[in-house]
Amino acid sequence: MITPVDNKLNLDSGKVKLARETAGKIADRLHAWIGDYTTTTIERAAARLLGIDGADESGVPMANIMVDELARSGMLDRGLIPWLARAIVAREESPQKIAEALAAGSLKVESIPDCAEEKWREVADKLAGEAAAGMKAVKAEREQLKCKAVPPNKPMLYVIVATGNVYEDAVQAEAAALQGADIVAVIRHTGQSLLDYVPYGPTTEGFGGTYATQENFRIVRRALDRAAQKTGRYTNLVNYASGLCMPEISVMGAFERLDMMLNDAMYGILFRDINMKRTFIDQHFSRMINAYAGIIINTGEDNYLTTADAFDKGHTVIASQFINEQLALRSGLKEEQMGLGHAFEINPAMEDGLLMEIAQAQLCRELFPRSPLKYMPPTKHVTGDIFKTYLINGMFNLVSVLTGQEIQLLGMLTEAIHTPFISDRYLSINNAAYIFNNAKHLGEEIIFREGGRIQERAVFLLNEACKMLQEIDEIGLETAMEKGMFADIKRSRDGGKGGTGVIARHKNYYNPFFTIFMNDTEAEEGRLF
Amino acid sequence: MDVDYSRVKTYGDTLNDGAMQVSFTLPVPAGDEAREAARQMALKMGLDSPSVTEMADLGAGFTFFVLYGKCKHAVDYSVIKVPKQQQKVMSFQEVNALIKKELGRRIVVVAACTGSDAHTVGIDAIVNMKGYAGEYGLERYPEIDAYNLGSQVLNAELLVRAVELNADAILVSQVVTQKNIHLENLTELIELAEAEGLRDRMLMICGGPRISHELAIELGYDAGFGPGTLPNHVASYIAAELVRRQKIKAGGQKKKGKKRVKK
Repeated sequence: MITPVDNKLNLDSGKVKLARETAGKIADRLHAWIGDYTTTTIERAAARLLGIDGADESGVPMANIMVDELARSGMLDRGLIPWLARAIVAREESPQKIAEALAAGSLKVESIPDCAEEKWREVADKLAGEAAAGMKAVKAEREQLKCKAVPPNKPMLYVIVATGNVYEDAVQAEAAALQGADIVAVIRHTGQSLLDYVPYGPTTEGFGGTYATQENFRIVRRALDRAAQKTGRYTNLVNYASGLCMPEISVMGAFERLDMMLNDAMYGILFRDINMKRTFIDQHFSRMINAYAGIIINTGEDNYLTTADAFDKGHTVIASQFINEQLALRSGLKEEQMGLGHAFEINPAMEDGLLMEIAQAQLCRELFPRSPLKYMPPTKHVTGDIFKTYLINGMFNLVSVLTGQEIQLLGMLTEAIHTPFISDRYLSINNAAYIFNNAKHLGEEIIFREGGRIQERAVFLLNEACKMLQEIDEIGLETAMEKGMFADIKRSRDGGKGGTGVIARHKNYYNPFFTIFMNDTEAEEGRLF
Repeated sequence: MDVDYSRVKTYGDTLNDGAMQVSFTLPVPAGDEAREAARQMALKMGLDSPSVTEMADLGAGFTFFVLYGKCKHAVDYSVIKVPKQQQKVMSFQEVNALIKKELGRRIVVVAACTGSDAHTVGIDAIVNMKGYAGEYGLERYPEIDAYNLGSQVLNAELLVRAVELNADAILVSQVVTQKNIHLENLTELIELAEAEGLRDRMLMICGGPRISHELAIELGYDAGFGPGTLPNHVASYIAAELVRRQKIKAGGQKKKGKKRVKK
């Protein structure tokens, strides 16, 4: 939080409370059933947490092989860990060795004998405890590095690299950090969200971005740490815990010290047509991992405004932020870890469009005072006129510093033309750095006229968001999504990809990580309601 | 102002001054040598008296330049011919009326974002009910059955669906253009369609921020739509072109008939 948040918009605190409570009820309705299921990627994430890594010669990850084998023998509904722990008891081998034996065909799932529950549970809990301690060590390392570094100015400067080749990404990421970026995201290959596995090893070909692999995470992390030694600042690394492998990517990020993850509760359903049930179950475990690892999540409300109109549908962003917040709290995330998203997508031709943006951004700030809000740049109404785009980006930066946003994804003057050139990034950083410095305390000096355009718009947005939340509460979030209440996109309850990966939990299902992550002694209480 | 259209030069503030601005990055560390390298690059590009007005250190051994110079090249504007869509744009009502009157049946349009491309913004703007900028999308047209297959559709799958649905037109959207992936994707679709003998069975149309009608024709498509396209632009083209083809077909059959009579 940058400055103490005043009630500049003259919001009715009762309305705010009502919105939050309603969103809480919506989240509770999902949580009434989320815990009855597991998914293939949750079980693969458990395998990865226990150190299972690598892939066979045709590129199938060990985690997938093990989960597929367990599914084939009908044992996956109990979870991967009970079987793995029994295999460890029987063979006295590491999880990795057991996975490799399964992959080689020298070990069959059925050949592992049963053993006393306390015996395998002891093994499982010990391994899980070690894995959790490893995650905490990475978190402590991050905190220590951040402590030593020069603290970042707010809003923090966030840029993306997207070459498709991880080695090229590393060069560009390092250059961006040297130019002053606080946050660097490696955009993911456009097709990865629909892959039901995580590719293995370094990758040099990808379109629209680079595959998220653990090795790629490591390579870019190293490049940013190298830059930090020169700049004295800590550069945050971002990737995408989204798609069909949300929790697995969270695990990789926790191990490789990523600092932020795009990790929305509904994005996959809306924008990638992933099965609803699968997404709601996956996001829960995925977010628990991020919470435990001290990773800041970014939510994807900004995307709504790329399909729906920013002025007409501004309230859907607010409603969704409340839902994302309540679901995140139920996965153990602190408010300080919730980079709730929104975007500067008002049509530049609109009279007083800037005022509408100020109202929306200030509203987000006041509704979620402890969250590091993520503000996304103009993309929808941006054309190949780089000069105009550069100016619109300046307005976007001005609104951001005025309203105390924290994670500022910088607009590129070549948006809608190509993935950013190295110079585009430099120009965007310069644009933002100039405005953030030149207008640093503008927010502290400005109050909004009572009953004026900005206050009125904000009050209207909150009221509409409240109404929408109440409607969703009545019909349930799934039905709301079937009706196209977010982003104007309709998704059927049982449609979408990855539905076959949802498995009803057996009564003997066991996964010690749920308990470990939800009883994190380092976490402070978040604000439920 | 007396412009010689056969020798057109870039314009700053005086006719034929050739003034031009360029910006680029060189993978060399900033400094006097970098500045000279940028100047030489501009000379090789045909910019006389280049002047580096800005040099910025991008870190990690890269330097960014802004330059001005006088371009010595000229182009012959008088002989340029660019293929254009001749079709005049009709309104939502006009398109529906034309289809009803001339074709007497609903037309089927199948649309998709193909390959690895997951960006449906463009195809959604054209096809989805809601449309874009106040223009209804094709789904809203009573005389059009529009199917939006969404993103990451394989070319082969798109063709299979088009055959199943007996499509009159295929719309392909390509947004991601990194390393010219869109050209590969678009070419593959045409080649597949030709190999399967489907090319002439339906109109094939592509669109996207980096697509022009000219490029589309070059790739073997019937039409291409670039930035600023609205749903009724596409609908106008499809309807008018189908009507035109139907007339040609009908005309051809008549001619054939006449020949037979002569025999």
